[in-house]
Amino acid sequence: MLYREAGQFITHYRADQRLFRLRQDRIGFYLLLASAFVLVPNCGNDYWFSAILIPFLVLSLAGMGLNFLTGYAGQLSLGSAAFMAVGAFSAYNFNLRVEGLPFLLSILLGGVVAGLTGVIFGLPSLKIKGFYVLVSTLAAQFFVQWVFTNFAWFSNDSSSGVITAPPLDVFGLDLSSPAGRYLLTLTIVTALGLLAANIVRSELGRNWMAVRDMDTAAAVIGIAIPKTKLLAFAISSFYLGIAGSLWAFTYLGTVEPHGFDINRSFQILFIIIIGGMGSILGNFLGAAFIVLFPVLMSHIANGLLVGVIDSGHLENFQKIVFGMLIIGFLIKEPNGLASIWRTFTQQLRVWPLRY
Amino acid sequence: MSFFFEVLVGGLLAGVMYSLVAIGFVLIYKASGVFNFAQGSMVLFSALTFVSLLERSYPFWLAFVLTLLIMLVLAWAIERWVLRKLVNRSPITLFMATLGLSYIIEGLAQSLWGAQVHGLDLGINDEPFEVLGLLLSQFDLFASAVAGSLVIILSLFFNKTRTGIALRAVADDPLAALAVGINLQRLWLIVWGVAGFVGLVAGLLWGARLGVQFSLSLVVLKALPVLIIGGFTSITGCIVGGLIIGASEKLAEIFIGPYLGGGIENWFPYVLAMLFLLVRPAGLFGERQIERV
Repeated sequence: MLYREAGQFITHYRADQRLFRLRQDRIGFYLLLASAFVLVPNCGNDYWFSAILIPFLVLSLAGMGLNFLTGYAGQLSLGSAAFMAVGAFSAYNFNLRVEGLPFLLSILLGGVVAGLTGVIFGLPSLKIKGFYVLVSTLAAQFFVQWVFTNFAWFSNDSSSGVITAPPLDVFGLDLSSPAGRYLLTLTIVTALGLLAANIVRSELGRNWMAVRDMDTAAAVIGIAIPKTKLLAFAISSFYLGIAGSLWAFTYLGTVEPHGFDINRSFQILFIIIIGGMGSILGNFLGAAFIVLFPVLMSHIANGLLVGVIDSGHLENFQKIVFGMLIIGFLIKEPNGLASIWRTFTQQLRVWPLRY
Repeated sequence: MSFFFEVLVGGLLAGVMYSLVAIGFVLIYKASGVFNFAQGSMVLFSALTFVSLLERSYPFWLAFVLTLLIMLVLAWAIERWVLRKLVNRSPITLFMATLGLSYIIEGLAQSLWGAQVHGLDLGINDEPFEVLGLLLSQFDLFASAVAGSLVIILSLFFNKTRTGIALRAVADDPLAALAVGINLQRLWLIVWGVAGFVGLVAGLLWGARLGVQFSLSLVVLKALPVLIIGGFTSITGCIVGGLIIGASEKLAEIFIGPYLGGGIENWFPYVLAMLFLLVRPAGLFGERQIERV
């Protein structure tokens, strides 16, 4: 009744091309942004900022990175964590070695370095297809981890390759409190999220989807495959690199190369499977699920099964449920939580009628 | 020079162990086009089940048969509740389903049998002995003999039996196979069962080498470059790929490693596989795909 397009006439191309064409969607989005920027910092507590909201935002950003590559361009990757590591360690080194480099600029440069690394490991994808691309991303995963563990230069000769966050100074503001770190992360993720939503609607995004659906056909209609694939690797790794910096500096504070191991790559892959491949909203839903699911499970275990189940069993049980959820999603809802949301809004449009 | 050959032979024999895991992949990929990431957790699950049965003082042969039965039940469950629901979906979807499957199997294995490390003694002496001036490990030789006989048995199975020929028909063209009345679901069950058996053999050998523990499920990652070099559809390719990976990884670690700070074993196989792909995109023995629009 309330949520429908009746009476909203589009008379300009610009209005036709907006991100949210429905006025109700726009209002909802602005309200969401306003509450995230104003309401939450004022009434959230430190636990929520540090343990839930910041990892949620960072993982959403990482999911976006992988989604460009896997969900849009159709290149399977198990090396996401490697590009996060490259981003984090380059940002750390830029900040350390270039005197007076602003914090934001070093994160950005870290992302650029990660993007270039992505292009290098994306080169084999020009000749090979399908599962064979996995090997190239796995090579990235193990090689990058080895480099950061073995060469102490990258972590300024600290023991076991640990890097520590530089002071979080942005335009003279000290953002090292939990709320400050939350706002910093939120700002970056919002900006990059809007950019992402526009990239996938642009010519580039459409080329990615054409390559994903059938690259031979895409080549036949004149899409430059090498450029499209390499840009997918570059932009994907750029996003992952920024996410890596944020993971290291605003979420954890200190991080070692081992923190970006292959399990992190799996985690990010699960975000996009559960959230939805080929959807920007899906990354946020998937990341929320990944962050909240273990919290929920341990609450249930503590509330219902006190003493029956110990933490080792709980972890195994979590693994089993997780695996089942992934298979369940792939069978019942291959486009993830995002597609459930789409169905819901479609039904809301015609409610209370049936069609 | 004899040191070089010792490293080479040691690497070749270690490579056979990778081949054992890779064979399980190839079986399933050939028959159903599924890239089964859960093969590693099947190795873990079977080895853990076997060891736990042994520790509950079952005799060796009974433990082996029981484990095999459990692996068959597992294969049946996978076919019934996962594969059957995902017929005709894209290979990437199936791959991700096996990722979920590996989580389930790992969680199941550890909650059933616990997470501690078990020792496994197959009764084979692991003392090195000398042949032609080279020190060889008896255990490695045994592993290669097992792998060799597996390959012979499997190729006989694929080429001589009715089921084997049906499997090759399915691999060639699933629709045509269905049209001539081949029961696809039964074949998938068989092939996952055989892969479970290969997983059990690999699990026993790896378990005797490293101890039966969680890290067994990670051998799946080492089997990947083997598959890439050998090609996804060839059992012979598995063995050749395993030998190449095993030998080059050990040689690189010993002769190049010191210049780079050591530990290059972890990533060298992947980089090697990548370089290989640039020359031969379908591996050594893989089938070239012709794409039509």
